[in-house]
Amino acid sequence: MCTVRCPIRVETEGNEVTWIEGNSHLLGGALCAKGAAGTALLKDEERPLRPLIRKGGRGAGRWEEVSWYAALDYVADKLKKIIASHGPESIMLSCRGGPFVDLVKAFIHGLGSPNFTNHDSTCGRNVHHASLSLYGLGRKDFIYDIKNCKHLVLFGRNILASLRIAEANQVLDMLDAGGKLTYVDVRQTMTGIKANRFFQVRPGTDYALALGMIHEIIKEKGYDREFVDRHVADFDRLEEFVVPYSAEWAAKECGLRSERIKEFVAEVCAARPKVVFHPGWMLSRYRDSFYASRALHILNVLMGNIEVEGGQILPKGPGDCGIKGLRSFDAQIPKPTAKRADGVGWKYTHFDKGPGLFHLFYETMVTEDPYPVKGLICVRHDPFTCFPDPAAQKEALDKCDLLVSVDTHYSEFGWYADVILPESTYLERDSIIATQKGVKPRFIVRRKAVETEHDTKGLCEIIKQLADRMGIGHYFPYNTMEELWAWQLEPTGHRIEDFDAKGFVPLTDTPIMYDRDKLEGKFKTPSGKIEIISDTLSKAGLDSLKPYQSPEEPPKGQFRLVFGRSPIHAHGHTINNPLLHELMPENTLWINKRQAARLGVEEGDWMDVIGCGCTGVIKAHVTEFIHPEVVYMVHGFGRQVPLQTRAYHAGVGDQKLMRGLLQEMDPAGGGLCLCECFVSVRRSSKNPKRRVEL
Amino acid sequence: MNKYLIYLNTKRCIGCHACEVHCKTNKRLPVGPILCEISHEPLKAVRGVPKTEYRFRSCYHCEDPYCVPVCPTGAMQKREDGIVFVDQERCIGCMACVGACPWAIPKHNPATNKVVKCDYCLDRVDAGLKPACVTRCTTHALKFVSLVEI
Ligand code: SF4
Ligand code: SF4
Ligand code: SF4
Ligand code: SF4
Repeated sequence: MCTVRCPIRVETEGNEVTWIEGNSHLLGGALCAKGAAGTALLKDEERPLRPLIRKGGRGAGRWEEVSWYAALDYVADKLKKIIASHGPESIMLSCRGGPFVDLVKAFIHGLGSPNFTNHDSTCGRNVHHASLSLYGLGRKDFIYDIKNCKHLVLFGRNILASLRIAEANQVLDMLDAGGKLTYVDVRQTMTGIKANRFFQVRPGTDYALALGMIHEIIKEKGYDREFVDRHVADFDRLEEFVVPYSAEWAAKECGLRSERIKEFVAEVCAARPKVVFHPGWMLSRYRDSFYASRALHILNVLMGNIEVEGGQILPKGPGDCGIKGLRSFDAQIPKPTAKRADGVGWKYTHFDKGPGLFHLFYETMVTEDPYPVKGLICVRHDPFTCFPDPAAQKEALDKCDLLVSVDTHYSEFGWYADVILPESTYLERDSIIATQKGVKPRFIVRRKAVETEHDTKGLCEIIKQLADRMGIGHYFPYNTMEELWAWQLEPTGHRIEDFDAKGFVPLTDTPIMYDRDKLEGKFKTPSGKIEIISDTLSKAGLDSLKPYQSPEEPPKGQFRLVFGRSPIHAHGHTINNPLLHELMPENTLWINKRQAARLGVEEGDWMDVIGCGCTGVIKAHVTEFIHPEVVYMVHGFGRQVPLQTRAYHAGVGDQKLMRGLLQEMDPAGGGLCLCECFVSVRRSSKNPKRRVEL
Repeated sequence: MNKYLIYLNTKRCIGCHACEVHCKTNKRLPVGPILCEISHEPLKAVRGVPKTEYRFRSCYHCEDPYCVPVCPTGAMQKREDGIVFVDQERCIGCMACVGACPWAIPKHNPATNKVVKCDYCLDRVDAGLKPACVTRCTTHALKFVSLVEI
């Protein structure tokens, strides 16, 4: 149901799902509300149930129902026309990410376009690039062994509400075993209420707090000297850099007491190396989020927590188990020669070429530099919900000749697209096999529990049929899922039947750890060390250690708009699910009690939230435990697809208030600065004073 | 004697409301009736950390239930092991039990026009399994306790 893809086991009767639970081998049956509500998704007819081609203007919501044959012919025809006039590189594909992207990557590369992308510039890109600049390893190249750590430090990572079931259980197991949790945020959250220590900071000062911690740890010589001497390059530059950023300074900047920072530092230094500073999940927030994340990565290094139990562990793959990896669709395809349209790899040399940065394609659509981008395929990705300022996005998309949405539900983008190819839900579709690296790596696969009762298809079939039409079917040598799986598994010696017992194939019985005394060569930086000063950043004219700049205060009468997640909904795509909608039909605007009193706002009042040129009406939630400079809402609401009768205009979508932020990118990390948005709020005139109707 | 109890380990509960959905999907209930409820008090600062604890409430399976004697058809029953349940065959949806229960625990099911309530998932319990909410709780915070064993 959501992009975390927690493993589930499903029971059926006939073609009816009767029971969904978390995989008993991995989750002991545990499952969140979203996963459980899949039965309601199946029954929900307010989603695309057969292929649709747009009849009226874009976004007008007039559709013609067509056969798959007609829809795929239409898409293939348009793609061919675009390729004929502009070359294959003028087609881009974005996918919501996750373990099963190999197939769609292969499709776009097979067409001859390098332009594969995803949503990550509004999510973890800063964290990823910060990790690369320090270790030469990406953010997914570390596993946080939370269960066994003694102290977990979370900067705004609301780990018990932005749920991944296994991880949430690890946190609770850690707390049950007496571990400590420190939580930093501008408001109190579900995670914060379980914490032993809560730092409520001024918005945008995470970097200051992290710098203050680094200063204090170095000053008190609390770091792992041996690890640092052995593995870290240019440590002296760090020591020198943090001199001005004392605990006292940080406390003042963040609105905390310095003794509390010092107490904290003493505690983590005593607990190291079993201390994890979570470097952030979704950290596309402030202008310095890249540097905030880099500082958090550095704090981990100071703890010397790499490849130790209760620290950060390098994930192992099939190779570490003496097994050959899966055959990859993408790997057999010659690399497209054109340069990327988003500039990643040639204009921006310090960014990871993998998925590049989606928002930069919008710029290219408008400027046509280095070449025009005319076709966009979004696979289960809704850029209008994920990126700020849908109005600006539409302006760019109007330069495109073809917009295709492959999705299980009506995304806001889909509603604006030319074609909707309805994908079967997660209970009705098979997926390719993927590798899940880890301390105990495994192969994973999704297998359908029931047959679809509508005219929807699984992604593997859609891609194959489109590929055949585009003359690249030979890259996808399968006609059935069995053939596909057999092709992927062939080098590994496993068979699809091996998944029957547990739902996955474990590649080892015992956890695999590298020898901590032989970490040399594991860091993929040019020097092979953990690099405080990154050459790649320097070459791009960027600081590795950036002097701190205090965040702007909101203009008078305004608030900084921050957003987050609830455990009930997965961004925008579950809002219309009947059972989840029943639990949480709309979002609310959290506002500080004193500010609310000043505005004459009480709990439950309607409020107007006004960005530049856009307004929303939303109910107030008044609380002491949010910083007075911010207002907060859960992301994903305010949907504008009229066929989603429950979600339609319920609550407000934060991204729609973020006018002008589409190209506000952190130049070092590539993440967007989504919390650099200020809004005015007032008690709405829509609150009735008395009844004047009959 | 009541034999069973559902116990919530508040240290683990994260207020994700999944149990409510697990209960509903297990009984295939439509939008409307919610048979168990997760709730909490407003946050209060405890030594610098704003805190609250969650509560879980389904049916109390009263020793001497108010809902059973008022049922005109004998649909609402208490078993030997203490479980109070509605025999769906016999229920006529008169809602007398809802009025009699001090907490209005039984709920109207618009799909059947009858009443549903927490029955500790007795079909599962009789099959040696645990109730749906307990089995699938996101954090293993819910426990199904057999009182005789203590
Ligand atoms: S599912 Fe478990 S953790 Fe979630 S609210 Fe219910 S009892 Fe609490
Ligand atoms: S329904 Fe009400 S009266 Fe009947 S057993 Fe449950 S709590 Fe008691
Ligand atoms: S609603 Fe059903 S269970 Fe309740 S009193 Fe009436 S017949 Fe009995
Ligand atoms: S025991 Fe069964 S019926 Fe009662 S609340 Fe839990 S899931 Fe629902």
